[in-house]
This record gives sequence, C-alpha cells and structure tokens, in this order.
Amino acid sequence: MEMINLTIDKKPLVVKKGTSILEAASSIGVHIPTLCHMHLHDMNIENKPGGCRVCVVEVTGRRNLAPACCTEVAEGMEVRSHSIRAVNARRTVLELILSDHPADCLVCAKSGNCELQDMAHHLGIREIHYQGEQSHYREDTSPAIIREMDKCILCRRCEMMCNEVQTVGVLSMINRGFHAVVSPAFEMNLDHSSCTYCGQCVAVCPTGALTEVDQTGAVIRALSDPSKTVIVQTAPAVRAALGEEFGLPAGTLVTGKMAAALRRLGFDYVFDTDFAADLTIMEEGTELLGRLNKFLAGDKDVKLPILTSCCPAWVKFFEHHFPGLKDIPSTARSPQQMFGSIAKTYFADKMQVKREDLVVVSIMPCVAKKYESSRDEFAVDGNPDVDYALTTRELAQIINLANIDFKFLPDEEFDQPMGESTGASVIFGTTGGVIEAAVRTAYELQTGKTLERLDFEELRGMEGLRKATIDFDGLPINIGIAHGLGNARKLLEEIKTGASEFHAIEIMSCPGGCIGGGGQPYHHGDVEILRKRQKAIYSEDQSKTIRKSHENPYIKKLYQEFLGEPLSEKAHHLLHTEYFDRS
Amino acid sequence: MADYKMHLLVCGGTGCKAAQSELIKTNFQNQLAERGLENEIQVIHTGCFGFCEQGPIVKIQPDNTFYVSVSPDDTLEIIDEHVVKGRIVERLLYTDPNTKSQISESKNMDFYKKQVRIALRNCGFINPENIEEYIGNDGYSALGKCLDELSPEEAIKIIMDSGLRGRGGGGFPTGLKWDITRKVENEQKYVVCNADEGDPGAFMDRSILEGDPHTVIEAMAICGFCIGADKGLVYIRAEYPLAIQRLKTALKQAREFGLLGENILGSGFSFDIEIRYGAGAFVCGEETALIHSMEGKRGEPTFKPPFPSQEGYLGKPTNVNNVETFANIPPIINKGAAWFSTIGTEKSKGTKVFALAGKINNVGLIEVPMGTTLREVIYDIGGGIKNGRQFKSVQTGGPSGGCLTKDFLDTPIDYDNLLAAGSMMGSGGMIVMDEDDCMVSIAKFYLEFTLEESCGKCTPCRIGNKRLHEILEKITNGNGTPEDLTKLRMLSHVIKDTSLCGLGQTSPNPVLSTLDNFMDEYEAHVKEGKCPAGQCKALLQYVIDDEQCTGCTLCFRICPVGAISGEKRSPHYIDQALCIKCGACFEKCKFNAIKIA
Repeated sequence: MEMINLTIDKKPLVVKKGTSILEAASSIGVHIPTLCHMHLHDMNIENKPGGCRVCVVEVTGRRNLAPACCTEVAEGMEVRSHSIRAVNARRTVLELILSDHPADCLVCAKSGNCELQDMAHHLGIREIHYQGEQSHYREDTSPAIIREMDKCILCRRCEMMCNEVQTVGVLSMINRGFHAVVSPAFEMNLDHSSCTYCGQCVAVCPTGALTEVDQTGAVIRALSDPSKTVIVQTAPAVRAALGEEFGLPAGTLVTGKMAAALRRLGFDYVFDTDFAADLTIMEEGTELLGRLNKFLAGDKDVKLPILTSCCPAWVKFFEHHFPGLKDIPSTARSPQQMFGSIAKTYFADKMQVKREDLVVVSIMPCVAKKYESSRDEFAVDGNPDVDYALTTRELAQIINLANIDFKFLPDEEFDQPMGESTGASVIFGTTGGVIEAAVRTAYELQTGKTLERLDFEELRGMEGLRKATIDFDGLPINIGIAHGLGNARKLLEEIKTGASEFHAIEIMSCPGGCIGGGGQPYHHGDVEILRKRQKAIYSEDQSKTIRKSHENPYIKKLYQEFLGEPLSEKAHHLLHTEYFDRS
Repeated sequence: MADYKMHLLVCGGTGCKAAQSELIKTNFQNQLAERGLENEIQVIHTGCFGFCEQGPIVKIQPDNTFYVSVSPDDTLEIIDEHVVKGRIVERLLYTDPNTKSQISESKNMDFYKKQVRIALRNCGFINPENIEEYIGNDGYSALGKCLDELSPEEAIKIIMDSGLRGRGGGGFPTGLKWDITRKVENEQKYVVCNADEGDPGAFMDRSILEGDPHTVIEAMAICGFCIGADKGLVYIRAEYPLAIQRLKTALKQAREFGLLGENILGSGFSFDIEIRYGAGAFVCGEETALIHSMEGKRGEPTFKPPFPSQEGYLGKPTNVNNVETFANIPPIINKGAAWFSTIGTEKSKGTKVFALAGKINNVGLIEVPMGTTLREVIYDIGGGIKNGRQFKSVQTGGPSGGCLTKDFLDTPIDYDNLLAAGSMMGSGGMIVMDEDDCMVSIAKFYLEFTLEESCGKCTPCRIGNKRLHEILEKITNGNGTPEDLTKLRMLSHVIKDTSLCGLGQTSPNPVLSTLDNFMDEYEAHVKEGKCPAGQCKALLQYVIDDEQCTGCTLCFRICPVGAISGEKRSPHYIDQALCIKCGACFEKCKFNAIKIA
C-alpha cells in the first residue's frame, strides 16, 4: 500500500494513496464543510459530483482552489483548509446558493433539519451580498413525494440514489445553466413516471426540495372526530428510530414510549404492524413451502425462487421494470395492508364498528407506504383498508403538536388483540429480517422439528447482496437477500436468464431495509445511524419471549376464529393481492 | 486523372456558399459545357480561402489569378475574357486600399503576405472531396512514414520535439499527451477529435474540415498508431453539415484506398473512424463533457483527474485533440520537428489559425506564426479598423478570453504572453472593437454567452455568472453604483477560483479584463451616469440644440411616444421623462439639431 505524506493546516500526516483531501483532513480532526458530498461508507454509496464547491481548499502551487471531496492527496501536498482565500470563496459560494433559494426557512418542512440552513449557520452567513433572480418551478405532488424544486441546490444526491443505487432512472438533471434542475424526463409529474416512491431521494435531500406528502392534518382531524374509531399500527423500524427525533441517541428503542405517546394522542387502539408481520410469515411461509414441495415433487411449472412482497416500492419497481416476472413474488400483501384488511373486517366486526367509521392509521418508516395505501386494490367501495400512512417524522411532528414530552413518557404496552407480536416480526425492519423470520417458521413447519438456533447470523449484515444456504434438516435451502433496488435488479436479471440458484429471495428497496427508509429521521449521510437502528431491532427480537411467528397466540386465534388455514379462500381474499404490468 | 489545362477554384466554404458560390460553380460548369470546354477546364469547389471579407472568391490556375467578390452574374465574363481570351477581368481583382492598385495574385496581398499556412495548407488549394488531390499534395505520406519507418515512440518523439501544443485552448504539449496515453496499459484505447467548435464567430476547425478533411483523418490514424488505438471518433456539432458531409466523403474514400480499416498499407496496423454528433453545447468542447456526450450521457464535465488519457470514453484511455492540432501533425512528421520548431516563439511553436472578426476591414480566416504581434494581425493582415474609426480593444480567446487595449498591440501572440496580458489563446477567435463599442456592454455580451452555455453543474458558474450578468445589466441600465464594481471584481475572482471546469474558470475573464483595462468606462457608467461609447440606451439623453433647430416639426411627428413638443418654426423640446430613447428623432433630423448628451 503506497502511503502519501502531506500537511493539512500545517499538520503533517500520512495517508493511503487515493485518499481524498476531505477524508485525510477528517482523519486529523479537520472537518471541511461539504454540501453535495455524501458517503454511506460500507454500502458503497458515494455522491461526489464536485458541484457545490463548498469544500474548496487552498493547495500550495495550485492555480485555483481544490474541491476537497474529489481531489486526491499527493506527495508533499500542502493544504490550507481555512486560508482567507478558501474561507472567502466558501462563504461566497454558499451566499450564491442562498441567493437562489427561497428564504422561507421558518415555514419550510425541512426547517431545523436542513443541511443548507446548518451550513449557513456554520459559516456565519449574516448577509447575502449577491442578490438577484431566483429559479421558480411548479410544485409537483404525487401520492407520496412532493417536489419543490425552488429549493433544490443541485447536490445531485437524489439523482445518484435514483439512478445508481436504485437504478430506477426517474430523476436526472435537465436544462442548462441557471435553468438546470433535477427532474423526471420532460418535466413530467412524478406520478406519471416510473418512480417507485422508495423515498431514497427524500432521505438524502439536504434541503426541503423533496419531502413526503404531509398527512398529519388529516390524522389530527380524524382523532378529533367523535364519530370515528381511530386505530393505529406501527411498523417495526419506527421504534428503532423515532427517539432520534426527540434527541435520543440513534439506536434507542422507544417501543413503550411510542405506544404511550400514541395513546396520549387519542388513538382508540394502539396496535402493532408486527402483529401483521407475523401474519405475513404465516401466509408467505406457507406459500414458499407449497411451491418448494411442488418443486421437490418434480413439478416443472412451479415458480421459484419466491420473492418477498412486503415492500411497496419494490412491488412497483418490478411492475415497471420486470412485468414478465410478476407471478414470481409472493402474492402476500404487505404487513401494513394485511393489518388494514383484518382491522376493517375481523376487528371492526368484533368491536361492532362500521367500516366507514373505523379509521386505520399506520406509522411507517417509509414514504411508499402512502402510495401503497392508495392503491385501488386495497380499498372496498372506495374506503381504503389503511386510511393514512404517516412517516416516523410525521409522527414526531404530531407528538410535538400534542405537547407531549416524549423522552419522559413511561413505557406502555400495545393493545390486544392486534398488538401482540413475536421477535420474528420485529426484525422485518431490517435487511435480512423478513427472510430470517420466514426461515424460523418454514423450518419448523417443513421439518416438524423445533429450531435449536434462532439467530441466523448468516442472513444478517449490511452487504447489498448476500446469500446463504440454510439446512432444512438435510434439505439445503438457498436464500438470496438484496437491499437497494439496484441490487434487486441484479438478482432479477439472473432469474430472467434462468441462472438464479435461489429458492427464496428477500428484497427491500431501501439501503439497510426499512431502518433506512425514506420516512425515517434523516441520517444526513451517517451510515453509523443505520447500524445502530439495526442493532436495536435485533435486541428487541432477543428480548421477546416468543420469537417465531407461528407461535403468536393471537395469530393462532385469528386463524381459528376467522381465517381458517393459511392460504384459505378467506385468507386469499383478504391477505393476498395481484400485480400489474406498468411497463 | 484527366489532364486539364486550367482549373477554376471556387471557394466552397460556408460563408462563400451563403453568398451563392454554389451557383457560381454551376454557372461555370454550364458555360464551359456550352463552349465544349468541360474536358479541358475543371471547376473545383475548394475549402475556405480565408479572405472572407472579399468572398466569394474564384482562383484560376495555373496563373493564380485571384478574383474577389464574384457574383453569379460575373461568370460569363470570366469565361469569355479570362478562360477563352486569356484576358484578366480587372474589375474583379482585389484593390489594395492603400495604393489603390489592383493585385491579381494573393501572395502579393497584405492579407496573405504575413501568413504562414501549415494547418490551412490545403484549404483553398485542393478539392476536399477528392482524396487524390490530397495524396498529390503529400497526403498520407506522413502516415506511410510512421507505418514504414518509425516506431510509435519515435513518432511521438518527433511531435514532442516539435513543441506542438494543443490548439483547442489549453495549450497542453501534444506529444506529451500522446506519450501519457500510450503509457497507460489497456487493450482498448480511443483517439478523439474534438470538432465541437463553439466560440461565437470562430470557424477555424470548420474550415479545416471543410477544406482539408483528410489531414484530420491522417493525423488521427497517426495518433492511433502512436498511442495504440484502433478506433477514432470525431465529435462534431450537427450544425456543421458541410463539414460533416466532406468528412463522410473523405472517410469513405480513405477506406476505399486502404488508408483506414484493417491492416493499413499492409503494416498490420488497423484503424477506423466514426463520427459522433454534438447538439451544439459549448461546454461539450470540454473534454470530459465531450466524452460524456459521446457516451449518451448529459454533456457536463467531471473533475479531473482522472484525465481522459487514464479513463476516457467508456472508461478507456482516450486521447482528445482538437481539429487544428491534428492538422499540424502530418507536416510535422513529413518535414520534421526541427523545421516546425523554427517557427514561432520559444514556448509556442508553429502557427495559429485565427478567425478575425469585428470592426476590422479584412474579416476572415488567417494563419500566422506564433510571435506575430497583434498590431501586425489587426493592421497589416486585417487592414485596420473599419470606416476609419479608432481601435479600442481586441478580444482573443473566445467568450472566455480577455479584452486587450492598444497597449498590448505590440505583444507577440503566443500562449504565455496572452495569458500574462490577462487574456488567452483559446481556440483562436479574435474580435476587434472600435471606439463605438461600450466595453461594459461587451463584457455583458460575452457573459450572456457563458450564461447560456453553462451546464449548471457547479454553483459558481451556474449562479455566480448569473449574478455577474445581473450586476452588469444594472450598470448598463444606469443603476450601477461604485460598490457594484467591487462586487464584480470579487465575485469574478471567486468564480475563477472555484468553478469545476475551464468554462467557469475563464468565464469572468471578459469582466476582469475590461475592469482592468477600461475602468474609466465603468466609472463613467456608475459615477457620471454616462456611456462614453453611447451604446447604453438607458444612459443616453437626446436633447435638441436650440441654435440648430428650425422647428420643422419632423421630430415631433416621428416621436412614437409624444415626448417632443414645440411651436412650428421655433426650437422644439424633448421631455426626458417620456423619451424612450428609440433614436428615431436623432436619425430623422435634417439639421443635426438633435444631440446625444
């Protein structure tokens, strides 16, 4: 390994060849400000177009200033990160960005969480010396994402996510010069494009240019309507991240506080999507075993591998890009939609509430869930199974509005029956979790034996593409895992060519799975936050007495009282779905 | 080849074609045919002769008579008088503006006397659509020499020793670039010819491709041989249809002659060229943006390194050179490095092609040795300033160059001197301005261009140039303040210092150089509210001189906004609050009574 000697702000240091000035500086505690740059280490996701020019530094002997993010160190280099020339240029560049940015910070959805605002504060901008015309674009509203391009600073992070990480290819820069903007082709609306609503553009946007559709007002109105019974479900990944919105360290589990807060907000029943995740495992696991056993019996027409179908962005992705494979994913609805369906039938009957008087709210780490809940097939006579899908961030917003001091809330339990869940369901929130939960159940159903070991370390991790073979008592089951749609695409291409070696594949759209969802508290490029959330999820699994979905007593009861068997006709009707060719 | 007694060379450059040179050629052909002379006298469409001011040009060989400003109506006379009777048509000869004498041979014209033509050597002399004429003029002998006698290293050494530097603007040593690309190991490499000429008013590369396309093909093949590439790409703007057509014809002929394709001249070396079209984005002349455009991506630059020589087209090592650079290669290989390096200055060898434009008598395309002074170019070759006006400034280097004053007229032109003077060589645009040009408006004009052509990727170029332009607009609208001048300078420096690519790094040059050289004009705008050149309308005031005004009422009647009042036969008055400064009264007044204050 070739090493390079250089000095940064007069401090000598030695770093590996190929290191950027930015990384080298960071290694000695010199934090050069950046705006467009984003590096999700270990996930191989890096955005460094070198476009914002905030990170410019002075390099002795160089004609102009060097962008620290994309300039590699060189032997003998002398870098000055805070020379008057560099600081003046950095501030001027930021002033220029601000001069083309609406000054509506006080009422911006991103206020307090905006990297541009933070940078203006960090660099002590008190006046914008260069004022002039500002860019104006029409607002684009879709079922999940709002684009307010007046606030775009052209960091290109969304574009990189959409094209390189997700390979969705909807967002790219169009037009030139001052009129350049990131947009779907021909400035079409997002909902006319093949956008999957994965929300990764929202997750990485440094400003308020990309945000989720705000449904907090509708939920507050429902809560204050005495004629409505309002129930709530919370997705597994929310509990591992919600605390961050209230200043708790990343990775703090706030399951109990969250239940307490929801109760104080006035929800009539505080339930858990985890319950429906256990139900998903029953249906999807049974479907997997059904296909697998047919295959083992020599049925040539059986479709394998089976693909998970919990992630709405992933579903929309294959509907657009791989419609020919639409009979391969499991037909099981996502936990959010299974919950809604059961709530508005089984639970509504039990409570003797009319469907139209029952409002189902979900709290999701995701923006695509807003879109999913609006899909026509998940409504009965126009009444959706899930009325509103709030993001983790929106929940924090209404907790604040209700004057609840979240940090000091006591831990409370979910309500029954739809609040009971197992350790298997909570790990749905991370990459590898759905398939691990499925393995725990499928193994026991297939072999009739009790699993000795519940922690399948081989299925865990942060690698974008992982594979493992699980021994089902002599029967090797090949499992593939992909998070990030670009990785999913690779597995789908293999399936298309018949080269796939897998029996089952888990796919989640967001890097890290739902813990890294587009509706989660902003990670601002810090991948360590995702790791901590993941760890929290696994610790909640560890702490559960029941860790296999098929052992959830309320799920057993649900089948006894209402559904019959997994894949029964009723289950098919209420818990399964079909996919459409959107190519 | 048929044995013709006489050749009529009709300029087929884009400028002369626009002035009906196609019809001139057809007329000649028809009239020759009527006289049964079509097998004795050949009519040829050549590339640009360079003397565009005097186009369309017809040159007659073998006697080298050079007819200027020929119209389709003149062809009959040329045929009957010159071709048939051997009598020169004197009225179509060039008249020397100083001596008033008529000159029949181009070499005796001031416009051509100081020119040395290397890159343009064949333009106007050969039929660009006939490979045999190129071959007849030493064409493809340099490629033959490389394949037969030289190793790639030896050929690169000749280019290095010649001192040739990139003619696209950067001035990077060409031989060194080739050497670097040669040394990067990869099975697939590419040679790219940058024909995305985008400077306003510049047509050096277009003229070479139109007038001598084979020189570029030959040079690209030599480059391929040197760096180890078997594939070449010409990136050319789609707005150059004639250049594209001639290039296509040339490529076809070169393939037919075995000078492109597999196993060229039995040497084992294979090379072929494809054409890629650009959509006319100026920034695509920047090599990384050009490569992205060829790859079907958005034409925007990326940070260097990696340089194209390391990771270029499709990630493979790629050598990008400009058209004019390539046009110098075959003569250098043929005549040697020593010959080439005797021409020019210490650090800038050879010649440079310039597109002369603006307020100059001889607009056109010229090629002069490096080291020629601006004065020689403007006055000797260019024939001085139009209409006897005073020289004010010359802008070199295209939209990113600087405006130089008369103090720089004796500066020998080369890369380093122009840079030191606050301008640059650029690709060779040269625009001359006279006393009627407002330098603030000129800076604004160039900035408008870069503003349009910025890709928008980096902040300083995208927003900074916009703000610069807005300040200039404010000044030319009469609303500028002295503080704006400080802002202009400070912002310009930051844009230069922080922009991602060459476009942004040089875009403030017109502003900075005019601030440096014409501060008095800026100050007149912001302090006195005056535009000394009388170009900024908002700063003009039309007033009526009581002494001169006869009260004829013509101005009163012509004024579109009713700003002029007065009794018949007594002096009139302009209400400044109503005046929109259209200048109609000024133009109409027969008594010079309306003045610009």
